[in-house]
Amino acid sequence: MTEIALPQHHEHEHPSGITRWLFTTNHKDIGTLYLLFAVSMLFIGGSFAMVVRLELFQPGLQFVSPHFFNQMTTMHALVMIFGAVMPAFVGLANWMIPMMIGAPDMALPRLNNWSFWLLPFAFTLLLSTLFMPGGAPSGGWTMYPPLVLQTGMAFPFLIFAVHLMGISSVMGAINVITTVFNMRAPGMTYHKLPLFVWTWVVTAFLLIAAMPVLAGAVTMLLTDKYFGTSFFNAAGGGDPVMFQHVFWFFGHPEVYIMILPAFGIVSQIVPTFARKPLFGYTSMIYAVASIAFLSFIVWAHHMFTVGMPLAGELFFMYSTVLIAVPTGVKVFNWVATMWRGSMSFETPMLWALCFIILFSIGGFSGLMLGLAPADFQYQDTYFVVAHFHYVLVTGAVFAIIAGVYFWLPKWTGRMYDERLGKLHFWLSTISVNLLFFPQHFLGLAGMPRRIPDYAVQYAEWNMLSSIGAFLFGASQLIFVYVVVRAMSGHGEKATDQVWEGARGLEWTLSSPPPYHSFNEPPKVP
Amino acid sequence: MNTVPQSVADLAADNRRLAWQLALGALLMVGFGYLLVPIYRVFCEYTGFNGTTARIDLGRAATQGIDRSRWVTVEFAANTSADLPWDFRPEVASLRVHPGEMVVAQYEARNRSRREIIGQAVPSVTPGQAAAHFRKIECFCFSRQPLAPGQTLKLPVQFQVDTGLPPGIATLTLSYTFFELPGGRITAAGIRHEVPS
Ligand code: HEM
Ligand SMILES: [Cu+2]
Repeated sequence: MTEIALPQHHEHEHPSGITRWLFTTNHKDIGTLYLLFAVSMLFIGGSFAMVVRLELFQPGLQFVSPHFFNQMTTMHALVMIFGAVMPAFVGLANWMIPMMIGAPDMALPRLNNWSFWLLPFAFTLLLSTLFMPGGAPSGGWTMYPPLVLQTGMAFPFLIFAVHLMGISSVMGAINVITTVFNMRAPGMTYHKLPLFVWTWVVTAFLLIAAMPVLAGAVTMLLTDKYFGTSFFNAAGGGDPVMFQHVFWFFGHPEVYIMILPAFGIVSQIVPTFARKPLFGYTSMIYAVASIAFLSFIVWAHHMFTVGMPLAGELFFMYSTVLIAVPTGVKVFNWVATMWRGSMSFETPMLWALCFIILFSIGGFSGLMLGLAPADFQYQDTYFVVAHFHYVLVTGAVFAIIAGVYFWLPKWTGRMYDERLGKLHFWLSTISVNLLFFPQHFLGLAGMPRRIPDYAVQYAEWNMLSSIGAFLFGASQLIFVYVVVRAMSGHGEKATDQVWEGARGLEWTLSSPPPYHSFNEPPKVP
Repeated sequence: MNTVPQSVADLAADNRRLAWQLALGALLMVGFGYLLVPIYRVFCEYTGFNGTTARIDLGRAATQGIDRSRWVTVEFAANTSADLPWDFRPEVASLRVHPGEMVVAQYEARNRSRREIIGQAVPSVTPGQAAAHFRKIECFCFSRQPLAPGQTLKLPVQFQVDTGLPPGIATLTLSYTFFELPGGRITAAGIRHEVPS
């Protein structure tokens, strides 16, 4: 940990140096740790993606072997999902939830420390597989048997890394729920909770319900490989397709774990810069809850092509398409919040607006994929890749970046450089569309996903996509510069309220907030 | 709600209690993940999803009348897993049968290797909607099949296509895949102690 610590008011009161970060039970410290961890994983996972796009720049095999290429796609997904997006959301939850509900800290501070410090161990296990004989896992992040069982030495490392990540996020979820249920300031009723808090509570329940199922599934893989069980082994009476059912029973709720907190962030930002209260607060909460419920009954839309009977295809098709209704409610409410607002377009708002538009594109391609007969064409093509990158990159990641710009002045007490923020935004938005939009066309034209080489008719779109990728990757360096500058105390001093339209307890605290906020419960307006 | 002032100790105890309850929930979900395995199997057997075929005994099969007005083609497919050194094939590629009729088809397997190998055949019927209407009365897949080096074995399957087969279906494919069974594996499987039917 470098010493670009946030400026603190009571620096002398607690241990400094490395032990401060190792033993800290402070929600702000832990939030910072999570966010720094997430951004370093963003760059590690990002560099894997650069290898993938480099190889796909032209048809033919140029730079890496197919086996290494497959390791890169697999590790990219695992690192981004479990190392970047999920920890970033937990970091934001740690920083913001106690301040938003008027609590002095998280409910279970020591558990909090532990859940963070499991992550460096998990990712040391996972990343070390790159240097093992046989290389890193290369069977895809979905870990389908029997292919995944051919993984070499890396296999048990993969499984135990997944176990650790799972334990970490379940502990984080327990902490969030306990904090929100028990630690709210007097008068902070459930109907006053900011939407970021609401979406996180729902997410936490999803985590508790879904992550253990993944842990179970990978444990079955482990015992199938080493202990002679046959859960997924046809010879012993098992069935490899069953893994897909169990995996996606986790997997689909997992994608909502990665988007619900993003909805929360956007629901904080849009009212602030539209200078109007959020339109349809209650309907937002019901929408989030129904999305969470539906996410448990749609899993087989990832497996339309495994040979389900018609009734199954229809059930999963209808339930999948049904999710568009609550999602549409949310988008409608954001737009209605802006309607006749006095809007201004500071950097966080730009990211949030772009989220709304680009996430909706991802939602639409999701609807196309959700139509069972159409999915037979799209399954395992670049169309799916385009879909989930629109929802995850321009969805989840854009919302995280929006949140960081939004709250950075509160955390550090310094305004970031607005000009650089806008530059970062425009470069990212243009390049990300150059990167992912052509992948729709590639997919519709039949280019399969997870391949290192392709037929020449796909060359142009792939080259454009790769150029977009390099630009997008490079643009993120601006982000790092902006954040490091604010963290090291450069830039204009931020006011307590920071944004003219900001409402809520967190904005009543000083910027940066005291190490222990709300030792005396605040008055809730 | 937390509007009543609480002592710090009370709050800590409350937090701990809720945290343990949630942790218990997580633990139950691990169990649920495992429970999905038998649920899935029972579900597939009951509905015939995933090509899981039904099994009935001779007495019940005989009670069904034969629908001589209708012909159904049953195709036979044979596969071996990549690392099983067996030749495995059906004696005829397909048969035309009447629904309700009792039919015997023959497969043949030969062990090409120099060691004894125990094989297990896993059946599947496509299309999926037909699987529930395909009844096996006697099948070599009901038990494991040991083959001595070089040995050839005739493998019969006695079946019946149910008269309730949906009208649109004129062709079914019965497919078997043979897998090598390492000694004692199947009882260690932890999911089913009998062989698949
Ligand atoms: C209206 C909402 C959505 C619908 C209808 C939808 C539908 C689908 C469908 C049908 C697939 C499977 C495509 C195939 O493999 O052939 C899919 C894949 C995927 N979706 Fe979505 N989706 C939606 C929203 C989301 C969101 C919000 C996320 C994440 C934040 C997400 C992440 C993913 C991912 C990661 C995959 C690919 C998984 C893989 O095979 O590796 N989706 N989606
Ligand atoms: Cu899904």
